[in-house]
Amino acid sequence: MNVKKMMDYFRGTPRNTASLAKERLQIIVSHERVATREGGVDFLPQLEQELLDVISKYMTIDREQVKVHLARDGDLSILELNVTLPDKAKTPAV
Amino acid sequence: MDQVKQATVIVITSGKGGVGKTTSSASIAAGIASRGFRTVVIDFDVGLRNLDLVMGCERRVVYDFVNVVQGEANLQQALIKDKRLENLYILPASQTRDKDALSIEGVQKIIEALKQEFEFIICDSPAGIEKGALMAMYFADYAIVVTNPEVSSVRDSDRILGILASKTFRAENKMTPVKEFLLLTRYSLERVERGDMLSVDDVKDILAIPLLGVIPESQAVLRASNSGVPVTLDLESDASKAYMDAVGRFLGEDIAHWHLAPKKKGFFAKLFS
Repeated sequence: MNVKKMMDYFRGTPRNTASLAKERLQIIVSHERVATREGGVDFLPQLEQELLDVISKYMTIDREQVKVHLARDGDLSILELNVTLPDKAKTPAV
Repeated sequence: MDQVKQATVIVITSGKGGVGKTTSSASIAAGIASRGFRTVVIDFDVGLRNLDLVMGCERRVVYDFVNVVQGEANLQQALIKDKRLENLYILPASQTRDKDALSIEGVQKIIEALKQEFEFIICDSPAGIEKGALMAMYFADYAIVVTNPEVSSVRDSDRILGILASKTFRAENKMTPVKEFLLLTRYSLERVERGDMLSVDDVKDILAIPLLGVIPESQAVLRASNSGVPVTLDLESDASKAYMDAVGRFLGEDIAHWHLAPKKKGFFAKLFS
């Protein structure tokens, strides 16, 4: 750590905006690649909505509690569905 | 045995505007032509023609790309011969505001005709991911993705890479994909060393395509466009040398990336940088 970095540290200023930029880019770019690239998977939002519809037919869930994530690792695609059920899953009142 | 001469189509693209596509198109075209190859550079920015101005032939434009597509002029009438380089020609964009002036069939007709005459066809893409940009990249064999070391440019370049991999003739016909190269422009080593600018390696890590060249931020670029001369022809400047090296690498030469070497710093400079 040199003097300038040390001064920045005590002033509380971000010491390196380039590494911040890289971090932010890596996150957004990998997110957007899944959505728009690699076989053109742009159905993800719709899939998410339909899964949500199906699940809420059987129990009351919070929209925020359903996470759909598609990841690629070489030739392998992993569709990850994560539903956090409320403490007491209730059937919706019909 | 006579080998069939195969013309190479290169698109200069970026997604984001203002990163140096037209400057790079003019410079790379002039660079390739100066190496003795018959080269044509096409302006695909329909409605916002500018390559002619950067190349210094704006007053010699009579017919344009769209005139040729629509049969109002033939290719020979629309092509402008560069006054400085024997092998270099420019095909200007139309100033029409009709967005549908370009079609795949029309572009194909022109590219096929140009392939008979030229060894390198360079397509200067407009910004964005609309029709003009898609037309410019559709028939490409190679893509040079012009990127600034800055978040919005890098993100847009990544989007463009996705489109190159899916919306081109090569992609749609399951051929070998368009070969992509990174051209990093407006690079300031000083700012990178201060930690204020993404480094070449940062951008390479994110975009994951081979590096063709790094063009330093240079006063020569504005001077060149002011006077309508491709930067590569201003032999004194660092930007010119960087573009010529990029051209050399594109043509298969093994040229080191010289401008990346950090300056040696003294003890006190290191302490206070």
